[in-house]
This record gives sequence, C-alpha cells and structure tokens, in this order.
Amino acid sequence: MKAQRLGAWIAIAIGASYFIIPLLGTLEFSLRMRRGAYSFDAYQSVFSDIQFRETFGYSMLMAVLTIIFGMLLVVPTAYWVRLRLPQVRPVVEFVTLLPLVIPAIVIVFGYLRLYNSSSILPLTGSTSGTNTLLMFSYMTLSLPYMYRAVDTAMRAIDVRTLTEAAESLGAKWPTILFRCIFPNVMSGVLSGAFITFAIVMGEFTMAALLNRPAFGPYLQLVGANKAYEPSALAVIAFAITWLSMGLIQLVSRFQKSVSPKA
Amino acid sequence: MAFLKLTNIQKSFGPVQVVHNFDMGISKGEFVSFLGPSGCGKTTVLRMIAGFETPSGGSIVIDGKDQGTLKPNQRNIGMVFQAYALFPNMNVHDNVAFGLKVAGASKADIDTRVKQMLGLIKLGHLADRFPYQLSGGQQQRVALARALAVKPQVLLLDEPLSALDAKIRISLREEIRQIQQQLGITTVFVTHDQEEALSISDRIVVMNAGRADQIGTPFEIYNTPATRFVASFVGTLNIIEAKVIDPAAGSVTIGGQPVSLKEPIASLKGGDSISLALRPEAGSIADGSRGDTALPGEVVSTSFLGSVIRTKLRVGSDVISFDMFNNPGTVPPVAGENVTLRFAAKDLLVIRE
Repeated sequence: MKAQRLGAWIAIAIGASYFIIPLLGTLEFSLRMRRGAYSFDAYQSVFSDIQFRETFGYSMLMAVLTIIFGMLLVVPTAYWVRLRLPQVRPVVEFVTLLPLVIPAIVIVFGYLRLYNSSSILPLTGSTSGTNTLLMFSYMTLSLPYMYRAVDTAMRAIDVRTLTEAAESLGAKWPTILFRCIFPNVMSGVLSGAFITFAIVMGEFTMAALLNRPAFGPYLQLVGANKAYEPSALAVIAFAITWLSMGLIQLVSRFQKSVSPKA
Repeated sequence: MAFLKLTNIQKSFGPVQVVHNFDMGISKGEFVSFLGPSGCGKTTVLRMIAGFETPSGGSIVIDGKDQGTLKPNQRNIGMVFQAYALFPNMNVHDNVAFGLKVAGASKADIDTRVKQMLGLIKLGHLADRFPYQLSGGQQQRVALARALAVKPQVLLLDEPLSALDAKIRISLREEIRQIQQQLGITTVFVTHDQEEALSISDRIVVMNAGRADQIGTPFEIYNTPATRFVASFVGTLNIIEAKVIDPAAGSVTIGGQPVSLKEPIASLKGGDSISLALRPEAGSIADGSRGDTALPGEVVSTSFLGSVIRTKLRVGSDVISFDMFNNPGTVPPVAGENVTLRFAAKDLLVIRE
C-alpha cells in the first residue's frame, strides 16, 4: 500500500517537474538581466516600453469587447436551443466545435478573402472595420469554450420552468432573458469570459495577419529581438492565464455554494 | 354562467391525440381538481389554460374573453409549478415583487402588496432569504405568494405538493385551500393524489386517456363512481363480477351466492355478466346485525394499516377486501378461516364500463 502511494507521488513529482522546471528556469532567467544579481530590470524594461502598454491595452480592450459580444451571441443562442430548438442542438454543438479543428490561419485567410477591400463587405478597408473583424474572429476562437460554459450553467437551472414562471407573471422575453436567465448563468458566462480573456491576450495568428497592434504579435517581436524581456513577458502572460484560471475556480466555487438545496 | 369555460378542447402531439373533446365550465371562486394517472392529459389541459400549449381545437374563455390568441404573458393567470420555479438570483421579496415590477407598479405599491402576500403565507420574516435558503414547503408557499401577488383571474396549480414530504403536503394543501377561500380565487389544481383532490376540492374532474371520465363533487366521485376507471382510481374499491338472474327484480349471484340489489338492472338480461363495486369500509365480519346481505368466504390475508385492518376474503372466484377499525381488543381473522361478510345491498354499485 505504502509502495503504491510512493509510486503515485513519484509520478506526480515527475509530471509536475516537467511543467514547473521550465517555468522556474524562465522566471530565473527573467531576473538575471543585471549582471551578477537578481533584479526586476527585465520587468521594468517591459513595463516602461510604450509598445507594451499600447499592445496590452489594445488586447485588453479587444478581450472585453469579445466577451461582451460573445455573451450577447452565446447566451441567447444557448437559451433558444435549450428551450425551443432542442433538435438543432447537435448542429450547434458541431458548429461551436469547428474553431478547434480548423486552424486559425485557415480561418483568417478565409476572412481576408471574404472581407478584403474589394469585397461586398470590405471590413479590412478601414481600421475600425479590421478591428471589428478581429473581434469577431476572437469570438469564433472562443466559441467552443464560451458555448460549453454557458450551456453547462443552463443545464444546472430549469430554464423551461423559469421561463414559463416569468411568462405567467407577464414578462416578455427580453425581461426573461436579462433578469431571470442571465443572472443565473453568470458563473458559466464568467468562466467563458476568463477563458476568452486568456485566449485573446495570447493570440498571435489572427492579429498578426490582420496587422493589428495586439499583445500576441508584440510578444513575438520582443522574443525575436531581445534576450531577457521575452522571459519576463512569458511570466507575465502565464500570470494572466493563471489569474484567469483562478477566477474560474473562484466563480465555480461560488456557484456551488449558492446552488439550490432539495 | 361559467367564469372559466373550456369548450371541446382537443390537443394532439403529432399523430397522438392526448386530449379529446374536453368540456367544462368552472364558476368564479370554485376550486376544481384535475385528477388522474400520469399521461392522462390533466397537465396538458392546465398548460393550455395557461397558454403554454396551443389547443388543436376548441376554445378557452375566461370571464367572457376568448384566450385563444393571447400569449401566456397576456393572460392574467397565476401559476404554481411542481418544481417551485423561484428565480434563484432573487430573494423572497424580489421573487414576489417580480410580476408587479413587470406590470410597472410603483415601489410603494409593490412593497405594500409583497408585505401583504408574505403575511398571507406567514413568511414575512424570510423576505431577505434566497430560495436556496428555504425548505421545499417554504419555497412553494413563496411561489404561491408570487403567483397571487399580481391578482390573477385564475390560479393554476400544477402538482404543487408532489415534491414535498407527507406531513408538509397535508399542512400545505390545507393552507392552499384556506388562502383560496379567503381570496375567492378561481383555482384549477392538478394532482394524481386522490386524497389531495378529495380533501380540498369543490369539484373533481377524473381524467383517463385524455378524457374527463367523471366530473363531480368529491362526495359524488367517491360514493357513486360513474365508470370502472373512476371506481378503481379513486379510493380502494372491490370490483366484483356477478351474474344477472332477474334484471327486473335486481337479483344477481356473486360466487354462486344469491344477492338482491333491491332495484332493477337496466339494459341487461338474465345470464349477463355485470360488474359491481363495493368499498372496503362497507363490509364487516364482526357485526352480525350489519347489512342485509351475507356472503360466506375464506380469509386470504390480513394487513395492518394503522387505524384499520384490511382483510382479503375469497368469495367464489372474487377476492373482496374489507376494512375494520383497529381497536385494542380487535382480533383480526387469520388466513384460511371461514367467515361471513355482511354488508347492505344498497352499497353495491353497478359499474358501467
């Protein structure tokens, strides 16, 4: 019994070291910019770079817009599929999974062919149009996670009966959606939102090919030209992702603590 | 004139017709229960009244107004669901206030009405609690207050007690009836529990396979069931197969024993088979002076049910159950014992198929 336990711990230690040692190495390297002493010079250099602030701010804004528009697309869709069109559920699930199997580069080339400046809808002909296109492409990338998170949250509540209860009290569908359904799937929406945030902050392909000043292409640019700053940026990117994951955990715990009792 | 009038209501799901020619008028302030087994169409009729299902045929009129073209949120109907359906993100106050807010009532009016409703269900002290902090019974009372807050013309209750434990069910059904009488609200109650329906209804509709088999007061439904289904579904009833000897004199044989029904049997002739019903409480083996009819038989089994002891007796090819009150001195018969079952012939009901 003890030998089995020991074996399990060794397996966990090997697995953990596979992930942790490179991270520690990156962290350690990011602190060695000053010769002979550990310092935060690389981080200082990153944070003082105007391009970092611009690209980080841009990606943050895109992430927030993607989350808002993503929620407005996904929550009503999941709601209607669950309530009125359960027969199209497999089709919707398939569509939402497509971004996982179609590479981002294929999607973005498709966008460029469809929405170039000589097309019927020339989104790439203007900065605001390209920004809009990038936001929609981020929405596409986050769709598998956002849809599943919201759908799972909807499964936890009795959508049909809540809708009927609200209808019998005189409510119309916008009231039902925004006052009765949305608040009760907020944990799912937030989980989807944090994943979306992490995806948008690190996304490179779409932003680079649409030539937008996002954080992903900036990471690549710094990585190609500097020594210590890329490690500092990698640690910052990990910190953002982990913060998002931590918030997902917190939200799901909060949801468990307020789940209805029988 | 009926306040809620259902005329020739029909409902089909694809090729399957689940409600057939349902006709009924319900008076203002009346408490009517739809009683029947699962799948008999009672909830479908209720959902058609609420507007959640569209009838395939027929009309629903409330207070002279046809509801056919109205959506659920345009009908002034309150509904209480089996699964409570309280909004989990709102506390008790906000749940009860929801319909009033939707209707655009002022804050002062909302607060007054919510207070009044919570007082009615005696949960004023729990106004700040969320649904998950309440017991099932409390949640259902809040759901009732929420449905009543908007002063609906008709209150629909869809098996509201099914998810509750036995004690709470009894106390809550009495509370529902008391509130209904206090407010004088027209109420339709769906249940598969006959005791529930019998105890709180003004009238009961016994439904079977999408049809109303019998509509009547609880007393009529229990004592004079119109069909074999009603007889077997409501209460415990012995169905006894008998043979007609003389239809004009009302004489039959049960297990070869002659029995006189004391009234003529219409549309049957000598030698025909007939189904008779006898309530378990109508028979006795202890009281020699009880009834005018005696049937000898053999005890098959005895069950102790608390306040009564139920004995099964074989009479010819039929097995007849009868109840006797449990007294400390009662000595139940044992299996194999030969006894004589006595009852009044007027307690035998002729059952039409």
